[in-house]
Amino acid sequence: MIGRDLLGIEDLDRADIERILETAEHMREIGRRVIKKVPTLRGRTIVNLFFESSTRTKSSFEIAGKRLSADVINFAAAASSLKKAESILDTARNLEAMDLDAVVVRHAVAGVPKQIADVLSAPVINAGDGAHEHPTQALLDLLTVRREKGRIDGLTIAIVGDILHSRVARSNIYAFRKMGAEVRVAGPPQMIPAAIETLGVKAFTSLREAIDGVDVVMALRIQNERLTGTYLPSVREYSATYGIDREKLKFAKDDAIVMHPGPVNRGVELSHDLTDHRPGVILDQVRNGVAVRMAVLYLLSGRRQEGDPRVDLGSGEEK
Amino acid sequence: MTSQQPNPHLNPKPPSGGRVVMDDVAIRRALMRIAHEVLERCENLERLYLVAIPNGGVPLARQLAANFKQIADVDVVVGVLDTTLYRDDLKIKAERPRLRETEMPSAVDDRIVILVDDVLKTGRTIRAAMDALMDFGRPSSVQVVGLVDRGHRELPIKLDYVGKNVPTQPDEEVRMSGSEGNLDGALEVVVMPGEPESSGGTR
Repeated sequence: MIGRDLLGIEDLDRADIERILETAEHMREIGRRVIKKVPTLRGRTIVNLFFESSTRTKSSFEIAGKRLSADVINFAAAASSLKKAESILDTARNLEAMDLDAVVVRHAVAGVPKQIADVLSAPVINAGDGAHEHPTQALLDLLTVRREKGRIDGLTIAIVGDILHSRVARSNIYAFRKMGAEVRVAGPPQMIPAAIETLGVKAFTSLREAIDGVDVVMALRIQNERLTGTYLPSVREYSATYGIDREKLKFAKDDAIVMHPGPVNRGVELSHDLTDHRPGVILDQVRNGVAVRMAVLYLLSGRRQEGDPRVDLGSGEEK
Repeated sequence: MTSQQPNPHLNPKPPSGGRVVMDDVAIRRALMRIAHEVLERCENLERLYLVAIPNGGVPLARQLAANFKQIADVDVVVGVLDTTLYRDDLKIKAERPRLRETEMPSAVDDRIVILVDDVLKTGRTIRAAMDALMDFGRPSSVQVVGLVDRGHRELPIKLDYVGKNVPTQPDEEVRMSGSEGNLDGALEVVVMPGEPESSGGTR
């Protein structure tokens, strides 16, 4: 069963993932209504604690919380003063004193959401920590693929780009492996972690071999803000070798879909014609992101550390 | 329904371990009678809109729609409305109930909405359904069909159309089920003995 927090896909089992996806499928329907709001989390307070800039994920969590009628507060924090563990814990204690019902955390350093979870009684949702995990991104990618392909079991998916620095890649490797897909990763050799195959994936430096016959091509964003010249000598060279365009996509299955976690560097990870070719899938990822985050907030908010007197942990369904 | 009993009231031990209070034939008869009652009272059949509360309400609403077609040759829209996100006990329970399908094929404004549920107990599900319905629009009126009214109301809600009144103990569980658990085949309503810490199915 899903625990109190969502810190990474690594902690989930297949049944947990299925439950979140099933819940998210139902949440999608709310987004199609005229009044896109249900009273489920009325009176609950959710804090978005983003130590690292984010537009899409932060607004996605904010919309998700608001569609469930929660009060959502964006707590912007200057990253520089909060890199020390000590001040993070101080922040967490302050949050605890505010009686929150869920905290969404993004931080440039891996493990910070876990540190915060260790001192809070409210559930913590990891919205991306360093190069560790970004679980809601992987869940929305699963949902998007399942809706497009009708299944995940037995599919082959190629993740292309900077695997070494990518929390999206890590979370998606865990997610698609747990759901029974074959996962390949491809990128420049310096961007493929040495022991990546211990995660049950096949690593390629040839893009053509990696996407041969795959059902899904997932291009990762080249994170200019994280990469010094040593990792990526030339963006143009990267784009020529690992950028996905229509020519290279011919090696994948005819009905292969192209995904991207956004924001797309047009002409770098994806060619212009591909970004516009079937924009539906990439925009569906965004749409599904709201539904998945609603599902996670629904399933987790209300959970607290055992022994907290504010909650009844019983599972009765008296209507 | 494999039981040979002509009168299920006298059947003390159905295969499922509870007592059957309505079998498939009784359910079909009740739905036919209710369809007649609705038509009798309704002055504008085009505005009828059946809204089923899942899971049990769905096969009942479909059957009612088929009955309307048969009796009066009218096509009545059937929607499905999950009430889970509107429940009043979510704030006190940590364990979240599973969501079910919601599919409202057309707007509810100015429609005569008939909510359809299988078993009515506390009335809390109907309260939640009415709140959910209002988020979809402004029906001209809302009425409620319940296949079984088992009593123990906790809110001021009454049924407009009742299949059968079944007196029960508060801790008993009343559930509608189909043969082999699917709701598309033969249906029956069973009263199960109460269990300590029973969960689910009580309405």
